[in-house]
Amino acid sequence: MRKQRGLSIFAGAVFAFLFIPLIIITITAFGENPTIQFPITGFTFQWFTAVFENQSFMDSFLLSLEVSLLATLLALIIGIPAAYALTRQGVKGKSWIKSFFLSPTIIPGVVVGYSLFQFIVIRLQIPLFTGLLLGHFLISLPYIIRVVGSSLEQLDFSIEEVAWTLGSTKFKAFISIVLPNISSSIFASFMLAFINSFNNIPVSQFLSGPGISTLPTTLMNYIEYNYNPVVSALSVLLMLGTIILMFLIEKTLGLAKVV
Amino acid sequence: MSFVDLKNIRVSYDGKNNILKELNLSMEKGELISLLGPSGCGKTTTLRVIAGLIEPNDGTFTVGDSNLTKVPVHKRNFGMVFQSYALFPHLTVRENVGFGLKLRKEKKEVIEKKVQAILEATDLSHYAERYPKQLSGGQRQRVALARALVIEPQLLLLDEPLSNLDAKLRISMRIEIKRIQRKLGITTVFVTHDQEECFSISDKVAVMNNGVIEQYDSPEEIYKNPKTEFVARFIGFENFFALTKQDTHTYTTSDGTLIETVHSAGRQQTTGTIRPDDILLSAHDQEIPSNSLAGTIRVRTFLGKSYQYEVETSIGKLLVNDVQVPGYQVGDKVFVVIPKEKLILV
Ligand SMILES: Nc1ncnc2c1ncn2[C@@H]1O[C@H](COP(=O)(O)OP(=O)(O)O)[C@@H](O)[C@H]1O
Ligand SMILES: [Mg+2]
Repeated sequence: MRKQRGLSIFAGAVFAFLFIPLIIITITAFGENPTIQFPITGFTFQWFTAVFENQSFMDSFLLSLEVSLLATLLALIIGIPAAYALTRQGVKGKSWIKSFFLSPTIIPGVVVGYSLFQFIVIRLQIPLFTGLLLGHFLISLPYIIRVVGSSLEQLDFSIEEVAWTLGSTKFKAFISIVLPNISSSIFASFMLAFINSFNNIPVSQFLSGPGISTLPTTLMNYIEYNYNPVVSALSVLLMLGTIILMFLIEKTLGLAKVV
Repeated sequence: MSFVDLKNIRVSYDGKNNILKELNLSMEKGELISLLGPSGCGKTTTLRVIAGLIEPNDGTFTVGDSNLTKVPVHKRNFGMVFQSYALFPHLTVRENVGFGLKLRKEKKEVIEKKVQAILEATDLSHYAERYPKQLSGGQRQRVALARALVIEPQLLLLDEPLSNLDAKLRISMRIEIKRIQRKLGITTVFVTHDQEECFSISDKVAVMNNGVIEQYDSPEEIYKNPKTEFVARFIGFENFFALTKQDTHTYTTSDGTLIETVHSAGRQQTTGTIRPDDILLSAHDQEIPSNSLAGTIRVRTFLGKSYQYEVETSIGKLLVNDVQVPGYQVGDKVFVVIPKEKLILV
C-alpha cells in the first residue's frame, strides 16, 4: 500500500514535470505582457491575431503543410507496397531490409539531416524544395512501414489466396481485399507520419534556405530574436492541431496499438 | 486418361527437401476423393498445387484436355475452401458469396439470383447481411462452401473443412457436403486427417505419407486390404509380426508357429498384421494345427464396449479387443487365434 502511494506520487511528479511547462506556455499566450511572463496580467487574443498576421509564419505554415502532406503521401505510395512485400514475399535478408527502413527512427535526426544536406544539396545540387521533400519522405517512411506492416502481419494471408482462386488477379485482390482490411492502420500511420514530419526540426533545419523554411524552423529562428507571447500562441495552435490529429487516430485505431 | 491427372509432381519449398516426391493422382469426373494422412505429410501442399497457389518444381497437372501446370490460379476456376475459411472480414455474407461472380462480369440480376439460390441451398439466407464476425463456426464454414460453389467451379478443393467444428456438427456437415457434391456432380478433392470422416464421404482415398501416396483405393479396399505397413497402422492395425513364406498360403512366425493365410506375398520375408478387434481369445487350446499361439495377459484396459488386452506371446506383444465378460485377468494363460481371412500381409 505504502509502496503504491510512493509510486503514484512519483508518477504524478513526472506528469507534472512534463505538463506544467505546457500549461504555463498555454497560459502565457493569453497574457497582455509584451514578453513571455508568468503569471500573466490581463487577458487578450492579440497574440493569436499576431500569429495570423505574420507573413513568414503563414508562408512557412503553408510550406510545412505542403511538404508534410506530399512527403507523407509519397511515403504511403512507396511504404504500403514495401510493407506488403516485406510481410508477404519470402524476401532474402528481410530483417536487414526492415532495419534499413526503420533506421531513420534510430539514427539521430541531426545526423539524417546533415547527411541529406551533404548528399542532396551539396553533392547532387537538387533544388531545396525537392531536397526538403525527400528528407521528410525519408523520415515518414518508417512510420508507414512499421504501422502498416504490423497490421499486414495480423491479416490472414489466405483471404487473399481465396480471392485469387475466385478469379481475382493479385493486384485486384490487393485493392479489394487487402486495402480495406488495413485502411485504419493506413490512416493512423499517415497521421503519425504527418505529425512527425510537420513538427520535425533537425531535418528541416539543414534543408531550408531563402523562401524555403518550415513552420518549426521559422519559429526557432523567430525565438532567437523575439521573446514575446506570439511564440506561445503559435505553440498552443500547434499543440491543438496535434491533439486533434491524435484524437482522430485514437478514434480509428486506438493509439496504444500504434505507438 | 482420367479427367484430372497429376503426374510426377515434385514440390520443394527450399530447394533441398522434397515435400512432394513423384506424386501421381488421377480422378474421374464427378468423383469425390480424399487425401488422408498425418499432419505434415503434404496434403495441403498437394491441394495448393492443384489450386495453382504453388507451381510444382516438376510434373504436370491436367484437367480434361488442358495442361494447367502453368496456368495462374485466378484463371483456373476452381473453388477452394481453406481450413481457416478465409472469409473476407469487411464484406457481408452476401458480398462474400458474390465476390467471384462479380469478377466474372455477369449481369447484376444473374449474380443476385445465383447468390440467393446458393444462400438458400446452404441455409444461409437469414444471415445474408451479417459480417463473418457475427457468425458461428458452422455458419462460416457454409459461407466458405457457398462462396466456392457459386462460381460453378470445375473442381472443388476442401482443405480440412470440418476440422474446426465440434463433433456433432462435423458429422452433419460431412453428410451435407456429400449431398451437395452429388447433386452438382462436382469433382472434389477433400483433405482430412480423420479416417472415419474420410471413409464416410469418399469415392476413393489416397493415403499419404511423407509426400508420397502410399495407397489409392476405395475406402472399403483400404479398410480391408492396406497395402503398406504405414497405411495399415494409420487405419487401426496395431499388431505386426514377421512371417516367412513356406508355400503360397502357408507361413511361419519367428518361433515356428504355422500361419495359414488367404493373401499371398511375393517376397519370402513379409509382415503379417491384424486389427485388435479381429484376434480371438480363448482360455483353452483349440487344438487347431495353425494360427494359434499361447500367451499371457499382461495389461487389461476397459474400453466400454470391450476390453483391450495386451497379450505376451512368443512372437511379441499382441493387442486384442475382446467383448466377453467377465473377461480375463492379468496373469491368465490364454490362447490367441488369428483368423486367416483377417490376416493381412504388408
Ligand atoms: N510455405 C512453406 N514453406 C516451407 N515449408 C512448408 C511450407 N508449407 C508447408 N511446408 C512444409 O511442408 C510439409 C507439408 O506441409 P503440408 O502440405 O501443409 O502438410 P499437411 O497439410 O499434410 O499437414 C510440412 O513439413 C511443412 O512444414
Ligand atoms: Mg494441411
